[in-house]
Amino acid sequence: MFLFADGLVAEIKKKATEAFEVFDRESNQTVDVREIGCIIRSLGCFPSEAEIQELIEKMEVEEAGGFVHLEKFLPVVTKVLLDRRTYTGKREGIRCIVLFLFYSVRIKRRSFQGKSSQSLKGQNIILCCLSGEPFNQEEMEDMLAIALDPESDTFHYRDYRKKLVVDETKTFPFNV
Amino acid sequence: MHIFLVDYPAFKCTPLLSVLTVIRAAILIQKWYRFTMARLEMRRRYSLSIFQSIEYADEQDQLQVCDLPSFLYNVYNNHLPRATLQQHLLEHFHLGPDLCLKEFEKKIDVPDSYYGPRLSFPLTVEDANALLHAFRNEQLLHARYVLQLLSETRRVLKEMPNITHLSTSYSKDITICGDLHGNLDDLLLIFYKNGLPSEQNRYVFNGDFVDRGKNSMEILIILFAFLLIYPNDLHLNRGNHEDYIMNLRYGFTKEVSKKYKDHWKQILCLLRDVFSWLPLATIIDSKVLILHGGISDTTDLDFLNALERSKGSALHVSHAVSVKCRINRSKLLPQENVANETCILDILWSDPRSQNGCTPNKSRGGGCYFGPDVTAKLFERYNLKMLIRSHEFKPEGYEISHDGKVITIFSASNYYEEGSNRGAYIKLTPELTPRFVQYQVSKFTRRQNLRERVGTIESSALKSLREKIYAHRSELTSAFAQYDVNGTGRISVNDWAAAMESVLQLELPWRMLRSQLAQMNPDGEVDFMSCFYDLKMDQPIKEAQPALAETLCRYRKDLEIIFNIIDKDHSGLISLEEFSQTWRLFTSHLGIDVQDDSIDKLVLSIDYNKDGHIDFNEFLEAFHVVHRLEKKATS
Repeated sequence: MFLFADGLVAEIKKKATEAFEVFDRESNQTVDVREIGCIIRSLGCFPSEAEIQELIEKMEVEEAGGFVHLEKFLPVVTKVLLDRRTYTGKREGIRCIVLFLFYSVRIKRRSFQGKSSQSLKGQNIILCCLSGEPFNQEEMEDMLAIALDPESDTFHYRDYRKKLVVDETKTFPFNV
Repeated sequence: MHIFLVDYPAFKCTPLLSVLTVIRAAILIQKWYRFTMARLEMRRRYSLSIFQSIEYADEQDQLQVCDLPSFLYNVYNNHLPRATLQQHLLEHFHLGPDLCLKEFEKKIDVPDSYYGPRLSFPLTVEDANALLHAFRNEQLLHARYVLQLLSETRRVLKEMPNITHLSTSYSKDITICGDLHGNLDDLLLIFYKNGLPSEQNRYVFNGDFVDRGKNSMEILIILFAFLLIYPNDLHLNRGNHEDYIMNLRYGFTKEVSKKYKDHWKQILCLLRDVFSWLPLATIIDSKVLILHGGISDTTDLDFLNALERSKGSALHVSHAVSVKCRINRSKLLPQENVANETCILDILWSDPRSQNGCTPNKSRGGGCYFGPDVTAKLFERYNLKMLIRSHEFKPEGYEISHDGKVITIFSASNYYEEGSNRGAYIKLTPELTPRFVQYQVSKFTRRQNLRERVGTIESSALKSLREKIYAHRSELTSAFAQYDVNGTGRISVNDWAAAMESVLQLELPWRMLRSQLAQMNPDGEVDFMSCFYDLKMDQPIKEAQPALAETLCRYRKDLEIIFNIIDKDHSGLISLEEFSQTWRLFTSHLGIDVQDDSIDKLVLSIDYNKDGHIDFNEFLEAFHVVHRLEKKATS
């Protein structure tokens, strides 16, 4: 059982409020519900889309307009941040890569006239991304834009892993 | 579980266990990816937040107490013994005689060596094309043609009412553009995508053509030229930046003075008049209202249409806002009508918000925040369907609010920084349905990926923020010291954030920014002086005390404006005496106590050739903050 110091809880609340306010466009203590995933992740949490949905349900989004109020957001997110299990950190990253190794994602450009559609590049990456909580078109494009080496049109997953893993010691007031 | 290194692209059908593994792997990769993207998005958002906060804080200065307008006002109206500045002000705000086309022709000679466009009035499409061609090639239009163009524009604008009424023809769209802010590339892109203005291709430009970008003059020339050629098909609304004081502060005045070294004062004088004659609003089919800022609960379109718009000039307008200024409004230049000013201010400065009601716009310092109820009431009263306005930066170039009734259109892409935002324009169909076209100008041929774009925006935003931090060094240091009771040089993150917010008066996510601004030790305490390590003044000025240097740094822009006013012959030089006088006036106005001799010593050290004059631009450049380590933000 952890007994958290008041100071830590207050600090976490402030951090969560700050993150919330960055997305609060009109400075009226509300954000669009579609940004909740982004806010929670930028606080260092590592939820899946399903987990985000669960959290949103706890926040009692107002039907009209799809806004989440800070009052509803804060208790839910503070609890999440205090619950160490949600933040899995580097351990997950390594597992991710190990599992990634199952599917060699070597993407080669086919000699195919003109078409450079992603569907030709790396069937595995597509399959991998079609399972689970699949990426939408925009996410797919963005990911490939970052991940693909433009010269050779290959996807170097080791390098990509490095891009995904972030050094937390630099950004958070506490190390989990 | 075995780990296989599979090296072939085809995915083979595998037993159930592996399928579950696939899904788990996929979810993990997706979680990681979304996690990374969220962090990028956060960085992008707070960077834009930094830009916007600093911009609004600056703009607010323009309209509130302890600032340039009230300073100038005090000098203007109080008969101070040191009247040099006052004299200059009087001259500056006095409009010169009205010259006509022929008189300009006689007075200003265009040499044979000039290869730019030679305009002949009345203007034709050939002239417009020549101008576009010239500006694409970065040529300047000769001052005589500029003055002739402006004088003709004024003549035409004077005939126009405050509110222009248009009706859609049965088949053609009307194009509506928002803020351009001196970005010529955006205007050229719009014309390229959407065609040049003509009888079949009507345009409305919704204000803020100038300031910040480096081609404000060219944009005005093009817009005014088309206005003269197609007065019924190209329409302009005034923006809050079509204003003398704003131009002094935000770069247009400087641009003109650099491009037209001999005639800038004449040009600016004439422009001031032209701006004051710009119409304030446009209404299409009596249903769509287009104006620059917004509305308030006291907006009355009939009153707006009837008032004398040309009297709403800069200094007067800024003062109307200064309730906090403790200057009695009725003591302003006698003919001023406060209701007029408030009406115009509301139109040019207000912003829509989702909360009901109409409250003073505290982030701008002028106009108000208007809610959906205010919009609804106005619509009902005048049987309107839509309000199109600009004035606010939008990352996607446009935004729809108040349940579809209010549209914000912003046409300056990359407003803060390369990659910061898209621009957009509206094509309004004859059925009054808006269609949006977005674009983004880029100097790169390869599109930067998201990571690179965010990196660029972030480093630029942080640079601006660090400059502000440096300019407030003394105040910050003493604020930190108050929290640091034991004198360890370290305070908690909480205290650090509180100090930053209270001194800088910017609502920013300080805890999130902390890692970029200050160092922290393993105990979680902030080494507060580390904020300043990265920054120093460009040229170490030996004679300057730190506090003095900081004040000069902070008020650099204001001083530039004042010096420009004093510099009658636009030589860039002012006498030491004038400098000292002005400095003393300014600091006493700000309530700063600066020792008399320190500024004299400083000034003497700047007078490099000892001729009793200083080049104030050089002088002020010396107080430009430089970042010791120009790090590129790496992800």
